[in-house]
Amino acid sequence: MRVALFLTCVNDTLYPDTGRAVVKLLTKLGVDVDFPMAQTCCGQAHYNTGYRHEAEPLARHFSDVFGGYDAIVTPSGSCGAMVRELYPRMGERARAEGRGDGLATALAPVVPKTYELTEFLVDVLKVTDVGAYYPHTVTYHPTCHGLRSLGLGDRPRRLLQAVRGLELKELPGADECCGFGGTFALKNSDVSAAMGADKVRNAESTGADVLCAADNSCLMHIGGTMTRLRTGMRPVHIAEILASTEEERA
Amino acid sequence: MPAFPEAAHEAVHNQTLRGNLRHATHTIRAKRANAVAEVSDWAELREAGKQIKDHTLRHLDRYLVQLEESVTAAGGTVHWAADADEANRIVTSLVKATGESEVVKVKSMATQEIGLNEALEAEGVNAYETDLAELIVQLGKDRPSHILVPAIHRNRGEIREIFAREMSEWGRPAPEGLTDTPAELADAARLHLREKFLRAKVGVSGANFMVAETGTLVVVESEGNGRMCLTLPETLISVVGIEKIVPTWQDLEVFLQTLPRSSTAERMNPYTSMWTGTTDEDGPRAFHLVLIDNGRTDTLADEVGRQALRCIRCSACLNVCPVYERAGGHAYGSVYPGPIGAILSPQLRGTESEIDASLPYASSLCGACYEVCPVAIDIPEVLVHLRERVVQGGAVTREGAKVVLKPAKGHAAERAAMRAARWAFGRPGVLRTGQRLASRTRRFHPRTLPGPGRAWSETRSLPAVPAEPFRDWWQRTKGGQETRGGKDTSK
Ligand code: SF4
Repeated sequence: MRVALFLTCVNDTLYPDTGRAVVKLLTKLGVDVDFPMAQTCCGQAHYNTGYRHEAEPLARHFSDVFGGYDAIVTPSGSCGAMVRELYPRMGERARAEGRGDGLATALAPVVPKTYELTEFLVDVLKVTDVGAYYPHTVTYHPTCHGLRSLGLGDRPRRLLQAVRGLELKELPGADECCGFGGTFALKNSDVSAAMGADKVRNAESTGADVLCAADNSCLMHIGGTMTRLRTGMRPVHIAEILASTEEERA
Repeated sequence: MPAFPEAAHEAVHNQTLRGNLRHATHTIRAKRANAVAEVSDWAELREAGKQIKDHTLRHLDRYLVQLEESVTAAGGTVHWAADADEANRIVTSLVKATGESEVVKVKSMATQEIGLNEALEAEGVNAYETDLAELIVQLGKDRPSHILVPAIHRNRGEIREIFAREMSEWGRPAPEGLTDTPAELADAARLHLREKFLRAKVGVSGANFMVAETGTLVVVESEGNGRMCLTLPETLISVVGIEKIVPTWQDLEVFLQTLPRSSTAERMNPYTSMWTGTTDEDGPRAFHLVLIDNGRTDTLADEVGRQALRCIRCSACLNVCPVYERAGGHAYGSVYPGPIGAILSPQLRGTESEIDASLPYASSLCGACYEVCPVAIDIPEVLVHLRERVVQGGAVTREGAKVVLKPAKGHAAERAAMRAARWAFGRPGVLRTGQRLASRTRRFHPRTLPGPGRAWSETRSLPAVPAEPFRDWWQRTKGGQETRGGKDTSK
């Protein structure tokens, strides 16, 4: 199976550790993972801000780069949702606008092959115990796109529960949005910040040392709020927890 | 009306308001979840509701004609209003023809949408709201901030104060020594309203549903005050949006299950009133139905946006919306607040004004509204669609004619940034150069951002740019070959 890592532009630029963790984890599980160097951005920020036409060439580029792989794995719930939920919609809209089937046909191959990391582990590799060791108290924030667009369900929690040394704490109001929402954080900064602060307070109430999620964009927002509110909690991507082993303590 | 972010700014920092909203929405949210979980075929009901509404909207012309015929046959009179002004003119002249100078009202979104109370007042007619929450809003000279609970932003202490101060202005005063216990407040309202019910000769209502085959109108409510307005007056005028129609009596079966559970978390709403034209010696002797368009057929012309017309105004989307919870209903600058308001108002009114252009952005696209909506309106999809209309313009239907909108003002910098990002992302080499530059200069990065980014960095710290982007690490270590199974040497 030819597996490609789709790291997303945010992870690549700001969170390379997450990428390294995914590579380490998948390699350990026997997957030969490739990182196509031509990859850039799925176009989510463009699409969701109202620039669908600017997003189209990025989606096409994504399809060109990843079309030839058997599976595309991404550690970002929202970028995964972009491909799986919104690429088909972009194709339909182009058709409805009388631009033919070109876009739909170009994007179709990547849609069913794109997996969010925890989905890939549980559904494709069929593992829940990845042999990780992480001696911390952790609370898990499901993120909206992972929860509602991709329907990740309890997959991430099952993976975390199997991690040795890890104590999982339930997050109150877990399914509430953290307030990031891409350009929403800029355009509606007051509301976004209030949502972030509430999320952080809920996380704090669990007494966990670490808040974990499957999306670095939400973690950037939550983590930035944690720093400002001086909570002493850390935001950590789930891939980094699952890639931790006893030999190299995280 | 200021744009949403400015309007929300105050609400976010008003701790009383935040507390009131948080308490109310969280309580009803939990109750709704339980009420919905009790129904084993909720998903089927939701799908059925969606399909009935879509079918009806597709054949709206046919069903409206059928409705007019059945209402007329039952002794009612149907009036058609293209917009708010026309609707207000029709209602005002109907009221004046009765020689009356006051009307009692059943809570109705449609009459709020067209500003009927103000229009009547301008002609010397007092319109009294009889729904408890609506009464609080009216006496407080306030605006409603929720579809179902218009006074959701008020707590009991505030309500007591409004009653004590205002009731005497309009009728029976509040009892001496009124406290803020719910029973006393309800009693004060009951006494105040009873006088109005017994005196009024004209009632004005909306309707939750209109049945095309029988000409029956339906109002569902919790207090029974609506029923008083529907049965006691001699003349009843119902003002209803054209999308409220359902083809048959049997279709009600679906909505009378989904609406109460979604809105008040009740298995069945306490009062369901249905009336069909007029009946000799029972109820009003004259019945008028004013059907309003006011942007609805234009909305219907939009393939993506038309699903907003399925809405049955249950307000479940408001109660789960994290943005509504912080910003409050007033920030939406329309009678339809929350997620449904954010998609409905810019469609009914157009996206040209500042507030309407900002509404599609009043969401983090978290999807909670879509998940709870009993008629499966994909609100995030419509929000993104309307954002596109705001920033890119394009063809829309306005008053039945196709017009091409220009992009809204104030998005030039963003548009340029989006284009530049698209250009860079289309070229992996450019992206890489940018990343390297960011890495090399990382010591000099400010911890606060200039321009539009400032708002972000005021309340959140920015992440530090790492020494090396992933793609450079991948290339340098040949996909981590050196590190696989061993130590990561990159740090
Ligand atoms: S959009 Fe859906 S959830 Fe919101 S008020 Fe309308 S029917 Fe209810």
